Amino acid sequence: MYFQSMTEFWAMGGYGLFVWLSFGITYALLAVLTAYSHYQHKQFKRQLSARLAREQRVKQYQEQVK
Amino acid sequence: MFKWLHPYAKPETVYRLCGRFYPWLMLSGVALLALGNIWGLAFTPPDYQQGDSYRIIHIHVPSAIMSMGTYSAMAIAAFIALVWQVKVAQWSVTAIAPIGAVYTAIALITGMAWGKPMWGTWWVWDARLTSELILLFLYLGVIALSGAFSDRQTGAKAASLLAVIGVINLPVIHFSVEWWNTLHQGASITKFAKPSIDPSMLWPLLISILAFKVLMLALVCLRLRTAILQNEQHRPWVKALVEE
Repeated sequence: MYFQSMTEFWAMGGYGLFVWLSFGITYALLAVLTAYSHYQHKQFKRQLSARLAREQRVKQYQEQVK
Repeated sequence: MFKWLHPYAKPETVYRLCGRFYPWLMLSGVALLALGNIWGLAFTPPDYQQGDSYRIIHIHVPSAIMSMGTYSAMAIAAFIALVWQVKVAQWSVTAIAPIGAVYTAIALITGMAWGKPMWGTWWVWDARLTSELILLFLYLGVIALSGAFSDRQTGAKAASLLAVIGVINLPVIHFSVEWWNTLHQGASITKFAKPSIDPSMLWPLLISILAFKVLMLALVCLRLRTAILQNEQHRPWVKALVEE
């Protein structure tokens, strides 16, 4: 490791705020995009299976009425 | 070649291929990013002029390069969608756009956080910064257009057209530091001469660039799967997939 101690590492030679701000925002944005894309995929699958189940029930009911 | 390629453009095949590639791409992307960034943050010497603030380069340059790389990928997909009417290509345009927008936002934000201590200002309206901001607006325009029509097809077509026209911005971004006087420094890697950066700093940077590329591919796989399901929801194979 280039730095002498962890305190020096976090300080980044006085530029700590800017360095950690950049890295923090980057990881946060990447994590949000990944999590949201997963959520969208799961959400759409749930909606679709709910719609298909409803169509199935309607079909069954119509056959009973006949 | 097209005969060999054509079955791979079948939505169901693409869905399954993306599902198989996604976990490996995601895993290796995260591993590469961790390796490149930890190396760059802790195991390289500081810059002789900029001290430790230059370490922002390890996310600023990868995200900036890939914000343009992602745009090229999106524009190629858009061109294929417009010319050969390949459906999967059309859906990938809307799947790719948010990824590029996030990469561009990262490039801009990290650039601001680097500019404040080095230039003394968060933002200047110079050529490089402004053209990169226009890239962000192009991505947002593609996202907005693809959702702006009640007919999904029309929206995708309009978005593809904008994506292809916006390619004109890519050379402007790349050469902006040569064509105009600017605060932004010139290219260190993406030029034909030897890179003007020490090998000890270059290696972690190259690994981080690769990481951003692999992560982009992973996210495209993930988002394209959702887009395929949405567009093919009335097909039997999707019904079978959801019911199982």
